[in-house]
Amino acid sequence: MDDKQTVLDILQDLTGEDFSDNLDEDLFASALLDSMGTVQLLLDLQDKLGVQAPVSEFDRNEWNTPAKIIAKVEAAK
Amino acid sequence: MRWYIPYGNPTYFIWLALAIIPLMIGLLYGRRFRGYQTIISLFFLILTFGGPNWKTGISLISYLVYQMILVGLYSRYRQPKGSPNKGWIFVTAVVLAIVPLVIVKLTPLFTPGRQSIIGFMGISYITFKVVQTIMETRDGMIKEFHPVLFGQFLLFFPTISSGPIDRYRRFEADYAKVPEREAYLDMIQKGVRYVFQGFLYKFILAYYFGTILMPQLQQQALLAHGFSWNIVGYMYAYSMDLFFDFAGYSLFAVGISYLMGIKTPMNFNQPFKSKNIKDFWNRWHMTLSFWFRDYIFMRLVFFCMKHHIFKSRTTTANVCYVINMLIMGFWHGETWFYITYGLYHGFAMVINDTWLKFKKKHQKHIPHNKLTELFAIFLTFNVVCFSFLIFSGFLNTLFFAPKPY
Repeated sequence: MDDKQTVLDILQDLTGEDFSDNLDEDLFASALLDSMGTVQLLLDLQDKLGVQAPVSEFDRNEWNTPAKIIAKVEAAK
Repeated sequence: MRWYIPYGNPTYFIWLALAIIPLMIGLLYGRRFRGYQTIISLFFLILTFGGPNWKTGISLISYLVYQMILVGLYSRYRQPKGSPNKGWIFVTAVVLAIVPLVIVKLTPLFTPGRQSIIGFMGISYITFKVVQTIMETRDGMIKEFHPVLFGQFLLFFPTISSGPIDRYRRFEADYAKVPEREAYLDMIQKGVRYVFQGFLYKFILAYYFGTILMPQLQQQALLAHGFSWNIVGYMYAYSMDLFFDFAGYSLFAVGISYLMGIKTPMNFNQPFKSKNIKDFWNRWHMTLSFWFRDYIFMRLVFFCMKHHIFKSRTTTANVCYVINMLIMGFWHGETWFYITYGLYHGFAMVINDTWLKFKKKHQKHIPHNKLTELFAIFLTFNVVCFSFLIFSGFLNTLFFAPKPY
């Protein structure tokens, strides 16, 4: 499974929505992701993809859409 | 020479206007006069911390030297490539950073009516900036310790006394560059509007609620002995005063920052329109609540989830909400009403989350329309105003320390 699909699966687990066709949805503006979900996302990225992202790294303007998160994950690898 | 609380009276604004006009001309022509900015910063700091307040000035300088050494040492430990990252050293650094603030907060508890000699106006807000810098240094996000820039960040005079709490990486990026002329003109327009909105808030509305209405209601409530509708009136008047006073101040701080080409973050976003308590904390004293969210709540949740301290996610969230808000209560001051205020908001967050989950689960049976939204706003507003009544300490005066009449 590629990274993109893994990220989408993690997001689906967290929010209950499939973002495959909605990669630019703003997760914070639509209140789909809150602080709790964010931390869970960071832990999942760590566990499932080995991407180390500390809480500080999490700038809401840079991680607010599935597309941006996927890009961050790919850049971290 | 007279001595001023920031934004306290009209003369302060005249000084401000005179001092920042040269800076603004520079910015319009693509230059930031950093030396000049430093000189006017010192001037305004002396206006506040000099003269009869010179003792607090000494405290401020000593505090600054102390934190500079602390952050400098921690950066030297943490910033080199492949450096160790021991948890206990990080914790020690954070504890040392908050020790002065803790002493200042605890002093009135042991010597009633007296303030600690190491305190000064705005110590809390500088402490927030120091602590977040240490945390981001640990996370490897701040890669370089630059004493002068760090000093500029801590002492940025428009926000020195009560925030808004900026972030080092954001501030430093603004300070390093000059905005494009188009963007800067837009900032001037916004800045001027914020300052004038601030005048309306602080000198008209807060004056009306706080100086005219509140004392009358307070007096009548005290005379009534026990419960009276005056307490309810006082609750609303106090809430309005608190909002317009603090939002007014914050608008000044943000407005002046904008004129100086620094985009200090906003502190309030129409908080009384909040639909629930979580929404409220995303709109009220935002830089403080986001600070607590990013540097306490999320880190606490991260720690608890990583070490599987609680079985369920819900429990983790709830425990962390209460701890987070309780710490905020302690930060406000060591009195029963501040701590109760913190706990109250912690539990309000828990109830809010529980309700939202319940609502989501039973979506089909629970109505959601314009009317229910209006009710939600009304309910949130009253829950919040009641928390401010606790916060005001008036209940303490009323029931536990009655004034003789």
